[in-house]
Amino acid sequence: MYDFAYHRPKSVADAIGLLKSKPEARAMSGGMTLIPTLKQRLARPSDVVDLGGVKELAGIKVEGNNVVVGGMTRHADVASSAEVKAAIPALAYLAGHIGDPQVRNRGTIGGSVANNDPAADYPGAVLALNATVSTNTRKIAADDFFKGLFETALGEGELITGISFPKAEKAAYVKFPNPASRYAMVGVFVAKTASGVRVAVTGAGATVFRVKAMEEALAKNFSSAAIKDIKIPADGLNSDIHGSAEYRAHLVGVMARRAVDAANK
Amino acid sequence: MTAATGIGARVLRTEDKRFLTGTGRYVDDLPLARATYAYFLRSPHAHAKIKSIDISAAAKMPGVVNIFTGKDLVDAKVGGLICGWTVKDKHGQPHKAPAHPVMAVDTVRYVGDTVAMIVANSHDEAKDAAEAIKVDYDVKPATIDLAKAFDKGSAEVHPEAPGNLVYDWEIGVKADVDAAFAKAAHVTKLDLINNRLIPNAMEPRAAAAEYDKGTGHYTLWSTSQNPHVLRLILSAFVLGIPEHKLRVIAPDVGGGFGSKIFCYADETMVCWAASRVGRPIKWTAERSESFQTDCHGRDHVTHAELALDKDGKFLALKVETIANMGAYLSTFSTAVPTYLYATLLAGQYTTPLIYANVKAALTHTAPVDAYRGAGRPEATFVIESIVSKAAAEMKIDAAELRRKNFIPSTAFPYQTPVALQYDSGNYPPIIDEAMKIADYKGFEARRAEAKSRGKLRGIGFSSYIEACGLAPSQVVGSLGAGVGQWESAQIKFNPTGNVQVMTGAHSHGQGHETTFAQLIHDKLGVPMDQIEIVHGDTATTPFGMGTYGSRSLAVGGSAIVKATEKIIAKGKKVAAHLMEASVADVEFENGTFKVAGTDKSVPLAQVVFAAYVPHNYPHADTEPGMDENAFYDPANFVYPAGTQICELEIDPETGTTEIVAFTAIDDFGNIINPMIVEGQVHGGIVQGVGQALFEAAVYDKDTGQLISGSFMDYTMPRADNFPSFKLGYKTTPCPHNPLGVKGCGEAGAIASPAAVMNAVHNALAPIGVKHVEMPATSLNVWQSIQGAQRQAAE
Repeated sequence: MYDFAYHRPKSVADAIGLLKSKPEARAMSGGMTLIPTLKQRLARPSDVVDLGGVKELAGIKVEGNNVVVGGMTRHADVASSAEVKAAIPALAYLAGHIGDPQVRNRGTIGGSVANNDPAADYPGAVLALNATVSTNTRKIAADDFFKGLFETALGEGELITGISFPKAEKAAYVKFPNPASRYAMVGVFVAKTASGVRVAVTGAGATVFRVKAMEEALAKNFSSAAIKDIKIPADGLNSDIHGSAEYRAHLVGVMARRAVDAANK
Repeated sequence: MTAATGIGARVLRTEDKRFLTGTGRYVDDLPLARATYAYFLRSPHAHAKIKSIDISAAAKMPGVVNIFTGKDLVDAKVGGLICGWTVKDKHGQPHKAPAHPVMAVDTVRYVGDTVAMIVANSHDEAKDAAEAIKVDYDVKPATIDLAKAFDKGSAEVHPEAPGNLVYDWEIGVKADVDAAFAKAAHVTKLDLINNRLIPNAMEPRAAAAEYDKGTGHYTLWSTSQNPHVLRLILSAFVLGIPEHKLRVIAPDVGGGFGSKIFCYADETMVCWAASRVGRPIKWTAERSESFQTDCHGRDHVTHAELALDKDGKFLALKVETIANMGAYLSTFSTAVPTYLYATLLAGQYTTPLIYANVKAALTHTAPVDAYRGAGRPEATFVIESIVSKAAAEMKIDAAELRRKNFIPSTAFPYQTPVALQYDSGNYPPIIDEAMKIADYKGFEARRAEAKSRGKLRGIGFSSYIEACGLAPSQVVGSLGAGVGQWESAQIKFNPTGNVQVMTGAHSHGQGHETTFAQLIHDKLGVPMDQIEIVHGDTATTPFGMGTYGSRSLAVGGSAIVKATEKIIAKGKKVAAHLMEASVADVEFENGTFKVAGTDKSVPLAQVVFAAYVPHNYPHADTEPGMDENAFYDPANFVYPAGTQICELEIDPETGTTEIVAFTAIDDFGNIINPMIVEGQVHGGIVQGVGQALFEAAVYDKDTGQLISGSFMDYTMPRADNFPSFKLGYKTTPCPHNPLGVKGCGEAGAIASPAAVMNAVHNALAPIGVKHVEMPATSLNVWQSIQGAQRQAAE
């Protein structure tokens, strides 16, 4: 990796200050993507601002009808959280199936969502549960957050401080892992919350997306039978040596039905 | 000897203590004072002319010590890398042998080809400088697709090999085979691809070297499976350093699977440059370099036909194979798809006539050479696939068709029509045992139960034979090998009674330090903790041929046994003197010399002490010391055989395959350490299943970029892909080596691809899928199912 200056601020304000004062600075949460990128010399930040020392960013709390997960909360902590398991077991399940134990003990929800890797798991939960992303400056609705391939609504010097997930009446996440990397090749998060039914797909496209046809069908009849004839167009879906766009489109249907069945259990 | 630690005992591995506690010493761990670090600039193109290389800016970068390019090697008259096995084509002409410069001079021929070596004070500085080197490439069209390598208009890889043909080789008499086909009641035809694999040893290749100006001595540490052979190649062919001035050390090595047999450009450069730089040089491959530049394995396109009579007796087998050599001929590449492949095409069967034609092709891809099994997995895959296909076509039970054609136990030694003479074996009890353990009878009920859950269940056989324990030197010499393939051992007792055993074999995961110690313990009665197995250093071990081809025990172990016999013979003379008895009356048992029929005895340790402190000693006819050498050249290959049965379930919705049961019954001859053998079989099965279901080296067919160039895209098999294996043995001891042993290192990988793929085809047959290529990934299986459904609809 190329040389860079390393900072470990203790507060959000200090972190933002550093990020704003150094135009080539990069924030690092768990480093699960940034460190490999640096090692491969694919990024050359002047400064790395490690958020690991910002204690206020980590933690899980229940606020009314919502579970609020701090941006620096590790996947392993979400997976094992009694609050999350009680309120949204599908979210705990998702967190418990990201990467491997090493990744789950380093990687954070804020890092994952801010990076918006098309094959990441968390964006599926954020979008399907209609969560709200809080930053140091504002609150962003899930529908407005994910913009495209590795692209989000976050601006310069803006950090995810927490994500607020509404409790779900029913929810499940089922993924078909890429056989090599075990990232989601297709992951479908299905949720029935106070605001309705949502079906969010990760891994299949450039960024996480909703399947409105399925949502409408499930709103009327929350059963896998209700969506069995809904075909997902392959146009625009990802295609690589592990899965053609057609295969991914097919898997969206399979994973969605399995997710609905799991949510109904 | 005592059952607890001798032959046949499940002794825990001595070497594991250091491996599991992080105290192993690998090449990269070497603390070398004043070390410099090398980084290799590699070609980003599959095929290009190098118009110019400008190192001027890079040479001024901080920490840079020296930069070398191919031109420096030409100026220094450094030789090229060699292919050590000359294969003669069907007209008796030697294979085309294109030049293999250590670093590219004017042309790069695959993505990863070596362009420049940067030596700097740190790895990062070397890498920074590499980015500042300006190479002006004139990019040319590349030949990537093996099936098109010989096509007119495909780019030529080397002018010395017109049309990219290295050799057109054959074995058997085509006219005789054609005549048999004309009389056949049934002919089964099969087209298949044996997918290209990337070895992925856990430890990447690494090299370090230092040069002693005072003595003119080079020391090269390398992740080599055969340090003496590496030294021989570097000395005699490439660098011209006299053998006695070059010491090659292969310390702890983290896996090889064949990929560390060969002499590579990187270690050659590190060694050569050490004297120019005047400081030690260290280099360790990054993982992506390993993917790009370790020799790959397999990569065949094959058409095969099997002729059968109306009862299912095999009449003849005809095989045509195109084998990929990659961009250069690596050390043993030419032998793999010929003498290690086509000579195995009889399998376990009495097929009386076999003809094989193999064409070796050059392509703009990484060199291809031996990889676990080397030729024998490819042969087994052809035979066992076509036999199962024939069984399905003729509606004969797959096991029954095999049994019908097995070489009978009374026929050994058995001369096959493809050169090899099998020394021993008894195949029917092996398949019987495998079927019993796998509960073959209960399969249809399990298939029905799986169907009720929406799953397609299949079962597949693979009855393999392999020839290993490489190899009788005279035989391999007559076939074109550039080296002999004996093995050496030296047993050196110390005055205090403990013993060091030097072997020419090299352990890089096989557990020699335990297995060989068990041999010494068994034969000489020395306690295990008084034995040290020394390997991997040309300065301390006798010249040896190294470890590959499941040879270490059958050949290296036999050399150790021969050396123990010399120790015992000498010890008897000393013991007779000490006991005032006749040598003829002295017996040796359990570490003690005894005078037959008396209670007189003297332990080996006392005899050893007397040999080093010879105050009371038979000086007249016995030299002092207790130190014996032995070399062993085997009389034949050894022929392990076995049957594997794989049972799996396919989810037709996703195409995903789950292996639910896996049985392997083997004949490895006598077994020294069953625990180590089980480990070898487990690892072999996993590697073979990796080939069948997961692994594929994928190049972009136009640009030659390696798409599966990291673990993000190259699917390694993992523990959660497997059930617990069911293993067993049906032993026929090898009749021609002193331990009666065969080899076990490659068997699992040789047999398992066919077992898995036969099970995949068995599972998918009911829904009309005819053929699935390896790897049967979820995508591949799903697409096959879609294809069959489309065909059914038409």
